[in-house]
Amino acid sequence: MMEDMKSGLDNKTDDAPRIATKELTLSMGPQHPATHGVLRLVLDLDGETVVKCTPYVGYLHRGVEKLSEYRNYFQIIPLTDRLDYISSMAGNIGYCVAVEKLFDIQLPERAQYIRTIAAEMARITNHLLWLATHALDIGAMTVFLYCFREREVILDLFERMSGARLTVSYPRIGGVKNNVDAKWLDDLYRFTDEFPMRLEQYETLIDKNRIWLRRTKGIGIISAEDAINWGISGPTLRGSGVPYDIRRYMPYGVYDKVKWEVPVGKNGDVYDRYRVRMEEFRQSNSIIRQCIKQIPDGPVMADAPKFILPAKDKVLSDMEHLIRQFVLITKGPQSAPEGEIYVATEVPKGELGFYIISDGTGKPYRMRVRAPSFVHVAVLPKLCEGGFVADVIANIGTIDIVLGECDR
Amino acid sequence: MGIDNRNTPKNFVLGQAGTRAGLPDRQAQNADNPSLVKVAEGIKVIPGANTLITTLDKLINWGRKSSIWPMTFGLACCAIEMMATGSSVYDLDRFGIVFRASPRQSDLLIVAGTVTKKMAPVVRRVYDQMSEPRYVMAMGSCACSGGIFNTYAVVQGCDEFLPVDIYVPGCPPRPEALMEGLLKLQDKIQKEHFRWSPWR
Repeated sequence: MMEDMKSGLDNKTDDAPRIATKELTLSMGPQHPATHGVLRLVLDLDGETVVKCTPYVGYLHRGVEKLSEYRNYFQIIPLTDRLDYISSMAGNIGYCVAVEKLFDIQLPERAQYIRTIAAEMARITNHLLWLATHALDIGAMTVFLYCFREREVILDLFERMSGARLTVSYPRIGGVKNNVDAKWLDDLYRFTDEFPMRLEQYETLIDKNRIWLRRTKGIGIISAEDAINWGISGPTLRGSGVPYDIRRYMPYGVYDKVKWEVPVGKNGDVYDRYRVRMEEFRQSNSIIRQCIKQIPDGPVMADAPKFILPAKDKVLSDMEHLIRQFVLITKGPQSAPEGEIYVATEVPKGELGFYIISDGTGKPYRMRVRAPSFVHVAVLPKLCEGGFVADVIANIGTIDIVLGECDR
Repeated sequence: MGIDNRNTPKNFVLGQAGTRAGLPDRQAQNADNPSLVKVAEGIKVIPGANTLITTLDKLINWGRKSSIWPMTFGLACCAIEMMATGSSVYDLDRFGIVFRASPRQSDLLIVAGTVTKKMAPVVRRVYDQMSEPRYVMAMGSCACSGGIFNTYAVVQGCDEFLPVDIYVPGCPPRPEALMEGLLKLQDKIQKEHFRWSPWR
């Protein structure tokens, strides 16, 4: 049918007189409901076709990297919340893993498990929000309402473990803030019981929907080679068929103790990246379930008195601990080793790296954040140019960017 | 005034408080009328006549506060909580609050997130594009005062360039806090006086 329409159109244009057209430059954003924040794209359009696409970033530049040079290692954790505010927990964990490697702190087993569970919960919330907004942009409103329903369940669990829904600041250098109780684990397990059924609900809404398929299949194709060359990571890379996952190749937490698979796509289009993320939901769900089954008892903070805060009851009863707490809070860890380190973790959006230079004081000399969103924004022109202007929206959604992390 | 007893439908008598435009002080007359039933502060009902007597201020403010349309405009983290407030669990629609993607047709600008110096002119332009009556809500610590981002790039509170009506603190505020702010804004709108005439 599409072919008939095409040939019909062609015949018509042959007869019709040519209308002189010229390129239109359209500024999309920074205020646009579908740019996921304050991204600005300048599009050169020839009719409906995008000739050139230029992203402009920096509308949410808050100076996080500069700010972290003035704060000690503990005080940077709340800043990492606000980098990728959709999955704050993953950002916290990425930073803590980097600092622990710099300080050479070994985490207790239980803390590792709790962190892995929390990171996978963050992945589920992130992908739920991604699916909600991506579907909303393409035109499926109902998915948005369903996704937010499940998202609230996880946010409630986050609130019970950390006290905050969104900006959790839950992991600490050398462990996690609070231990989680059996009731919490039970409730999470109950959620993972029914979550696969919810996923099927989303899939019945959009997976066979003809509008969804037309808007996603064959749109924004990037080959595996190009994806690697452009530095893409995360589900966006795996959608092109590259099975690269930091959790698999450089395991942190307990990812090497649970069974899971790296879902990959084939064509590298918007639809394949959607499928990859839907599979990641299931893998995350399965990781959480295995972790809950395996989680051991024990302490949740490492035994590294030079770098971690003493327990609160000891601070209130013992002078030595009080002094140690005072020094750590006001000046930061004084025996930090000199040197530099780059540690990458697999956050829901891709490879989040922290490059920290330590000069032996309580504050980092320089902290650089390798944000996946920034790299993904750079590839937008490649995805958009030559396509239709409506597909720009689909492409912005599929690379899963968040501007807080991109502009930092 | 445009509103006169002759022009109004028979079953809907509008009484104007005071005698600003030379109308008779109808409320004072009705005060002695025992057939009127007071149902709320400043609202009276003629029993059996299907008629409500109130001031134009009250009527317009009631309509305005029950259909606040905020601008779909997220800046940073708070926008995620704003979306959560508008979505299925917290459901802003029950207050008549529906997000609108065009500044021309929205009443409320929720400044949800950090306003950077690069973004401030854009926010101001969005505000300028909105038509009167318009309201501004500063959502979150960053929009209220700059929050934890006391840096070279961040505007220390959006009240430096916008007239803010409601401040909602929090980093980010919970959906309940945002709803409380919206209810406070409704109270504020209900108390407005004479903000409807063309010369205002």
